[in-house]
Amino acid sequence: MISFQLSDEQLALKEMVARFVQNDMLPVAAKYDQSGEFPWEIIKKAFELGLMNIAVPQEYGGLGLGVLDDVVINEELGTGCLGMTTSISVNTLALYPILLGGTPAQIKEFVVPFLSEPKIASFCLTEPNSGSDAGSLSTHIKEDGDHYIVNGSKMWITNAGQASLFSVFATTNKELRTKGMACIVVPADAKGVSLGKHEDKLGQRCSDTRAITFENVRVPKSHLIGKVGEGFKIAMKTLDRTRPPIAAGAVGAARSALQHSVKYSKERRQFNQSISSFQAIQFMLADMATKVEAGRLLCQRAGWLLDRGDFEAANLASAHAKRFSADMAMEVAIDAVQVFGGYGYTKEYPVEKIMRDVKLVQIYEGTSQIQRVVIARELLKD
Amino acid sequence: MNIFVLIKQVPDTETKIKIKGGGVGIETGDIKWIINPYDEFAIEEAIKTKDKIKAGAITVVTVGPDRVVEALRTALAMGCDNAVHVKTDADFSDGYVAAEALAAVCKKQNAELVFTGKQGIDDDQCAVFGYVSELLDWPCASVVVKCDIDAGAKKAKVEREVEGGGRHTIEMSVPCVVAVNKGINTPRYASLPGIMKAKKKEIQSYALSDLGVSSTTSNVTDSDYQLPPERKAGKKIDGDPAAQAKELVRLLHEEAKVL
Repeated sequence: MISFQLSDEQLALKEMVARFVQNDMLPVAAKYDQSGEFPWEIIKKAFELGLMNIAVPQEYGGLGLGVLDDVVINEELGTGCLGMTTSISVNTLALYPILLGGTPAQIKEFVVPFLSEPKIASFCLTEPNSGSDAGSLSTHIKEDGDHYIVNGSKMWITNAGQASLFSVFATTNKELRTKGMACIVVPADAKGVSLGKHEDKLGQRCSDTRAITFENVRVPKSHLIGKVGEGFKIAMKTLDRTRPPIAAGAVGAARSALQHSVKYSKERRQFNQSISSFQAIQFMLADMATKVEAGRLLCQRAGWLLDRGDFEAANLASAHAKRFSADMAMEVAIDAVQVFGGYGYTKEYPVEKIMRDVKLVQIYEGTSQIQRVVIARELLKD
Repeated sequence: MNIFVLIKQVPDTETKIKIKGGGVGIETGDIKWIINPYDEFAIEEAIKTKDKIKAGAITVVTVGPDRVVEALRTALAMGCDNAVHVKTDADFSDGYVAAEALAAVCKKQNAELVFTGKQGIDDDQCAVFGYVSELLDWPCASVVVKCDIDAGAKKAKVEREVEGGGRHTIEMSVPCVVAVNKGINTPRYASLPGIMKAKKKEIQSYALSDLGVSSTTSNVTDSDYQLPPERKAGKKIDGDPAAQAKELVRLLHEEAKVL
């Protein structure tokens, strides 16, 4: 038995997000892309609509939405602006470690305040010398009475400059690699926290990406999420849940690139006919469409598996979804620019922005190569 | 105060309309249905009014086949409290029977104030609000762009849009029917928590026969449907800029007659 039918609620929320994209995101997407400013007006509206922190369970006053819901939402958001999509959905990434590894008291203290006002949290795993090899991180925590002292630096932290809370992954002993890892909540205003500059990025320019340095930052022991040694597991469980939605954002961006291409190819005339009458263009459009469909199905299935609690199968499905959707969106965006020709290469038309934006999906939250490592490991295991 | 909003589900404004074989009616198979945009303004105005007078509940009512329940769910998700579905598969192109049903629901459930759109964007008859106010024997104002309800004094002060951008202010007693125009407000979105709550709410359902309407089919028979003529291709003016400008002015004056 199989069904690809979204529920009535999922259709309703998809419709709502589509309107939000049309009326609110798209009119300002180019402006924020050029200025690189953080899109607070959009974040505030997204918050009011309930699009942020969607995974917080109902018993804490949240909506308790599943990963498939998140996939549906993020695909729609991705059709508007991927930078804004990232900024909106990073709260879920940053709060998941607390939801998955924290005690009810910690969830109440750290997560619940995010439901009453538009606030930002950041997920801090990557470091200047630790990216794909997350087990090699060196941000250090040391016990000191009833506190931990945090030292180290993080890199490429999304929304860092706007955040009030950081979910930080650190280690008690770097030699222990993943076994020494811990997750600790650091308030952004703690003494010893300093931020780098807003990185001037190729795409997703309005998301606020920075380095963070922790210098003898004292945090109460009650901020430790789970136990020392559980940090890596918490990070991986979090990323399992956020990969399908992140990938779905790329599917949305690719869908938008395709829609722009279809429209433009019907309008643009060469050799006394619209270029959509040429098979060369038709086949590009057809391939783009198939790729978008395939990406969506992979993302939705990965979300569905996670919602069913089939985490082992979901781990592989998420890798497939993220790898394929990110690479696919890049190909589709490049083809869209090609369909637009010279016009597509300018900022007057929306496709070059999509091309710059989707590039990041091949890099963040596990590169396309790391996804292949996950897939190959599964294929080759005894 | 018992506030009622009367809505209609209509084809999305971007729908490509196809006429049915036989020339009467339109193909509804591929249509994406939305809440009539003028009725969306009515929903928003009802919510704002309720928030302002800090009392009462909003009931949204519509007439139509099962698909219209989706419009009711959206209205609930936006913030309406109750929903009533008058179920029928008949197509009322005159709106009178629909108005009878809507008025009957308002009476049955003790409505004290009715908001609705000034017209449906599908048939554009601008008729239902008038029929309903007549059937309820309530005053009514249409093309309303500003509305102040004084619940204590049972008075409504409304501004209507009139030709040439003028405003016509009238005061009427409440209960009354307020038929709103674009520009009165900006309708909110159905929020995510709203959507989740809406799915749990019960939708009351009536059959036309429960409501004592004069007929269960339309009183009007449609005879012919035609699509508007296709837009003609644009005209390209050749020559140097001075000649082009001259020709353009001549065409605007003589052919388009806009100068």
